[in-house]
Amino acid sequence: MTEIRLETPLDPGVATALRAGDRVRIYGDIYAARDAAHARMLELMERGEVLPLDLEGAVIYYVGPTPPRPGRVIGAAGPTTSSRMDPYVDALLSRGLRGMIGKGARSPEVLEALAHYGAVYFAATGGAGALLSRAIRSEDVVAWPELGPEALRRLGVEGFPAVVAADSHGGDLYTSGPERYRSRRPSA
Amino acid sequence: MREIDVAEVSSAVARLAEDSNYRLSRGYMARLENVLSIEDSDDARPVLEDLWENACLAAEGEAPICQDTGVAVVFLEVGQGVHLVGGDLAAAVDAGVSRGYRNGYLRNSVVGDPLLRENTGDNTPAVLHVDVVPGSAMKVWFLPKGAGSENMSRSAMLRPADGRRGVVDFVLETVEGAGASACPPLVVGVGLGGTFDLAPLLAKRALLRPLGAQNSAEHLAALERDLLASINDLGIGAGGFGGRTTALAVHVEAHPCHIASLPVAVNLQCHAHRVGVVEL
Repeated sequence: MTEIRLETPLDPGVATALRAGDRVRIYGDIYAARDAAHARMLELMERGEVLPLDLEGAVIYYVGPTPPRPGRVIGAAGPTTSSRMDPYVDALLSRGLRGMIGKGARSPEVLEALAHYGAVYFAATGGAGALLSRAIRSEDVVAWPELGPEALRRLGVEGFPAVVAADSHGGDLYTSGPERYRSRRPSA
Repeated sequence: MREIDVAEVSSAVARLAEDSNYRLSRGYMARLENVLSIEDSDDARPVLEDLWENACLAAEGEAPICQDTGVAVVFLEVGQGVHLVGGDLAAAVDAGVSRGYRNGYLRNSVVGDPLLRENTGDNTPAVLHVDVVPGSAMKVWFLPKGAGSENMSRSAMLRPADGRRGVVDFVLETVEGAGASACPPLVVGVGLGGTFDLAPLLAKRALLRPLGAQNSAEHLAALERDLLASINDLGIGAGGFGGRTTALAVHVEAHPCHIASLPVAVNLQCHAHRVGVVEL
């Protein structure tokens, strides 16, 4: 199956060219952030303060890794459930965020926001933390180390494997995939 | 009276915490191989292949199976003829959790207060269930429970008139609502009966059973088979993009209940079905 090579930060034209179901490999820096780091970013934005990361074209990976074993860059690093971050998406997209990596379906509001801002939502294989960690070549904490696994991190990735789960044209693989599967089954 | 030092319990918990987060059981791997061989969806097969490769890498010690190494759920079965010595039992369990999570490079995923949300820093305390049973043996079960599947679990007080059909509908609604967020293919624990509090505990206990082992009551074994078939008919599939296998197994546990009640609980377990057990 063909894989599309993507480099971060994502150019607007690159993001909008992607379609739900496309398989991609991501190269460059991405940011690791989950519940607590999102809450902090929103607090800063509401107070009008500067964020500790440049969101223009950025990709955020919803992940809270395990500590690295000796000699390794990072521990298990698979995606967490994206829907918990749904309430934060619009604000971040409005500041230039162009991609998110996680697992599980997004709200209708998020799907609309992807179309509005020309952004994309990728899914990585949930629960494949050991496998996905292999594509992560560097890790450093950018902000809020006191949050432990929830700190904001920069991850250098090479060929991080993901699938476009929702695109900027209304495509949503979490809806269309199971529908398509059910419709072609003999029993259907 | 047989004496068991609680330090032995600590050691067992520490070892199980580490082992269960790196190694899936042989029975589980056989089941995964089986569902991979029959998968007919091009969207689901790569996910199952990832899970297979991931399990192998974790077993070699590269990293835990999943970054969510869970809340430590510990079940103890203590024989009535056992005298526990050497200190406080719950503290010993927590000491084991703390040691196992540190030695295993596992993630600390517990906050001390649900509203203040400050990380406890060593994944304690465990969620501990203790049962006193006949005999002089002691069994320790360790279930690292991740939040992706736990958050999608549900319970309800159905009406007796809702019956078997009501139970089936509730289980299917739960699995469908969870979709990919619970990381299918799932292991589905169902608790039936008891009281408001007991049904979810039965559902969790059902997850301790060897994968795919049937309930000994024929009508409940039949319910498990029917539920598994209906769940897989949903077509959610591994990863949630459509596929043949949405659940690997359904385990139902039941308990007597009030004439006016039909409690039901569904405890979803992700495909990282990590369970460890040891007898002391």
